[in-house]
This record gives sequence, structure tokens and C-alpha cells, in this order.
Amino acid sequence: MFKRLDTPAQNRVNVTINGQPVQVSEGDTVAAAVLVHGLPSTRTTPVSGAPRAPFCLMGVCFECLMVIDGKANQRACMKLVREGMRIECQQGTGDLPP
Amino acid sequence: MKEHYQLAVIGAGPAGLAAATMAAEQGIDVAVFDEQAAPGGQIYRAMESIPQHRARKLGDEYQRGRKLVNAFRASGAEYFAETAVWSLNERREIGLLQQGQARMLTADQVVIASGAFERPVPFPGWTLPGVMNAGAGQILFKAHGIVPQNGVVLAGSGPLLLLLAWQYLHAGVSVKALLDVTPMKNHLYALPGLPRALLAGHYITKGMQYKSDLKRAGISTLHNIRMLRARGKDALKSVSFVHNGRKQSLETAVLLVHFGVIPQTQLGRIAGCRHLWDESQLCWRPQLDEWGRTSVNGILVAGDGGGIGGARTAEHAGRLAALQVLYALGVLDRTARQRLARKDRKWMREESHIRPFLEAFFRISEDLLQVEDDDTLVCRCEEVSAGQIRAAVADGHGDSNQVKFITRCGMGPCQGRQCAEAVSHIVAAASGKAVQDIGHYRQRPPVNPLTLGQLAGLQSEEIE
Repeated sequence: MFKRLDTPAQNRVNVTINGQPVQVSEGDTVAAAVLVHGLPSTRTTPVSGAPRAPFCLMGVCFECLMVIDGKANQRACMKLVREGMRIECQQGTGDLPP
Repeated sequence: MKEHYQLAVIGAGPAGLAAATMAAEQGIDVAVFDEQAAPGGQIYRAMESIPQHRARKLGDEYQRGRKLVNAFRASGAEYFAETAVWSLNERREIGLLQQGQARMLTADQVVIASGAFERPVPFPGWTLPGVMNAGAGQILFKAHGIVPQNGVVLAGSGPLLLLLAWQYLHAGVSVKALLDVTPMKNHLYALPGLPRALLAGHYITKGMQYKSDLKRAGISTLHNIRMLRARGKDALKSVSFVHNGRKQSLETAVLLVHFGVIPQTQLGRIAGCRHLWDESQLCWRPQLDEWGRTSVNGILVAGDGGGIGGARTAEHAGRLAALQVLYALGVLDRTARQRLARKDRKWMREESHIRPFLEAFFRISEDLLQVEDDDTLVCRCEEVSAGQIRAAVADGHGDSNQVKFITRCGMGPCQGRQCAEAVSHIVAAASGKAVQDIGHYRQRPPVNPLTLGQLAGLQSEEIE
């Protein structure tokens, strides 16, 4: 869906996206990192289970809620990637066992 | 971080930076709180870290932010990045969340500079992955150098859409089409504002320049678009619309939409500031005096959070708010305040020439605002459709808050940020009342997500 325009000058950071090890760019938000990685959606809704993805990227729509380092309901667009970060799609409310 | 500041500024966009810089330069202690990792707000996002070649692609306006950020860094104002404000009251007690730790502090004066966000306009399919705001596309480009891979369709109305199309063009991104939903009748309604707008002619010249560049590059702009619809099952596959009475469809994985911007009013609302409906800008905004003072003593609003005026106006409004703060704190007398305000007032007047024209020209049509299609989700969080809202109105629930209670519309994680305006319009249309009589959701703290654990952590600290 998205691509990076230039080869990133930034340092690379190792994270996992849904368990898969991925190198992302330092300074990226989690939302930017998963979009450029090609993740089709970042959560499912608690009501109908419909897939959703980042919408506003500035913290107001709460569509990009993900489970980050085991913590649910994190706005992926407001969090910068960090070494060793575990990024997972959130299912529904995210805080109940599957 | 201290427990008390003379001035707390919330937001580090052009208004907040200008206010904090001017106040700190006069020697008072100023704290600036901002959710982002670096100063600049949305408009000058990532100003300090983006590579030169990308900054050039973004145009000269973006460069203006560098001056603002540099002056702020040198001003002596304390700056707290990645810090969310979740509470503010009339005693100017401010609830903050920083690194997962909640804390409270107080300030003699507060300037809210929370800026604007893109007007959410629900249309069929707008919740599909692949549909995003144009502002989101611009953030990806500005801050991260990330662009749509296999082309993009842009749709909606307003200067940002044109700017983004132009920026994409220069970055080599294929813009499949620009679908302009601005109704043709707007041209007529905007006409009376044109002579005055010509006084700020550089905006119009720039707009025409963008348009002609796009045309020369062969990017098709389709005007008077109706029945915009995003299609796909689990992700966006195509966009359909009606142009000149003919139904058309474009395949695309990315659709970026924009319907203008509206003020962020959460903080002012929870602090009890009076708000009013602005019919020209089609949005709620705080009632302000010429310095940005709200109806609550010691709380001011500067910049687009007080009504849309754009980045430059926000800068001037920020300085005017700072002058008022300095006057209230006894640093400046009345004469000095008036004298120092003169330049900013003059610039602000010049900037404001363009607004009535822009507002009329890019005014969103009623049928879009009122969400004609019953199946379209209005509340993205709780998945409440326009039809459910109209059914609630038919059952006798006649204002925004009643509709919220009965449908859960606005009760999800975004706290009504994405649906409040649409609900006002839908309820007004369905009940035959004016939008200002429908009211806005009552807002309560915390306006930013806060866990019970974080709240409890705050309490134990106070008991000690």
C-alpha cells in the first residue's frame, strides 16, 4: 500500500510485527512502520469484528489501537518504534483472553 | 517538572510555540506540553529532523516553521514532549500523562493551543482499511518520507487536498484522480468574498499555480463529485462516484479524503469554557475575545483551536495571547500590551482577508454533512449508523447527548471526536432544528486515555 521514498538514513530498529522479526526505521511511529511493512489492518472492532487500519495518524481517531509490548489499546500513531518492541494487531477490545 | 508554572501552554504548533516564546522571553516561567515527540504541531511536523531534500519538496511555507521552532528552543520555555493533557479545570489544575505516569500541576495562566483536526465526514466505506485522511497522507510524507505505492485517489474539498496533490506530484507519486466534492453553487456564494480575498492574493495565486501544475502533469481533477463511495470487503479496492450525472469507478488501494479542518475543543469544554456554533466555518469553537480569552478566567485559546485561521494567523494569535498573559501577570502594563500587539493585529487582519472567501468556496454540501445513506457508519468506534441515529431522533431523542445515551454513538475510545459534528448535523436535519440547538456531546475528563492504574498512581502520590 505504501512505500518509502528514499533509502532511510536513520538507524534500523529490530521489532516484531505479529511475531515476525522486522527491521524498521528509527524515528518512525508504530503506525508508519506497520503501514510501510504492508500490514493490511491493525485491529478488529469489538462490535462487528471488522478490520480497521490507521485513519488520521495524529491521535484523534483511535482507529490504530494495537497491542504494543503486551499492552492493549495503544495508539500506534502516537508511539515511536523502539528496539525489541513487540507490535501486534488488536482483536476487539484487546484486553480479554481470546 | 515543577508543580506550578506562571504559564502553561498546551500544544507545540505555531500558536503554542509563538505564545511560549514571547512569554518566556519576558522572563516568566513557561511550560509547554505536547503529545508529539518534537515541536512543530501538525503543520510543521518533524521540522527539526526531516532531511533537506524532502523539506524542499514540501514548499516554502513549511520552511517557515524552522524559524519558529528555533526561536522557541532558544526562549527558555520548558518543553515537555510526548506529554498528554487529560484534564483541565477552571482552577487551572492540569492533569498530565508522561511516560505512563500521571501527575497534576497548576498554572496562573493557561493557553490552550491544541489546534485543529480534519473534519470527519462519514461516507459509505470510509471505515475500510486503505481510506485515510489527506492529513494522514501528508504526515506520512512529511515526517517519514512514506507515500502511496501504487497510486492514490484524493477526494474531498479544501486547500490541503490541492497542496497534497501538488506535493505528491513533485515526489513522483501517481495521483489517479482528484475528486472535488465542492458544490458548483459555492463559486457563486464565494463571489462576494472575492474582492477582499484578493487583498491576500498570494494564497489565490498559489492555489492557481498548484492547479495549473497538476493540469500540466495530466492529473485529472473532476469537479462537482457526488455519491462518493469507498468499495471493498476487508480493504479498499475501488472508489465509485457520480460525475456529470454518470457513475464512474476507479481502482485504488489508497483513498485520501479531506473535508476541511475544525477546532479541537475537548480541553476548553472540560474546563467549562463557553462554545458557540460558527455557521461560516461549520464548526463549534470557543467564545473568545480579541486576546483569545475564554469565558473562564485565566484560560485562553490561541490558533486553530479557537477557530480556523491557518498557521500564520495561529502564530499571531499565540503572541497576542502571550501579551495578555504577561499583562495579567503584571509583567506588562496596558499601554505596553497594546503597543506590542499592534504588529500582530495588523498581520492577522491581512491574513483574515482570505477566510470568508475560502469558507464559502470550500463549504461542504448539506447532503454530505447530513450523511444521506442510512447504512453509513457515523460512529466508527461503536459502529452506529446514520440510520440508527435517525431512528433515535424519530423515537423522540432530539439532541446530541440523548442520541449518545440511546445509541452509544460517541462512547467509544475516540470519545466522540470523529462523530460529534456529523451527529449534530444529522439530528438537526432529522428534527428540523438548527445545529446550534442540537448541542455538542458533553465532554468529561480524562480526554486522553488513562488507565485506572495510572489514575491510582496519581492518588497515592498525593496522599504521601
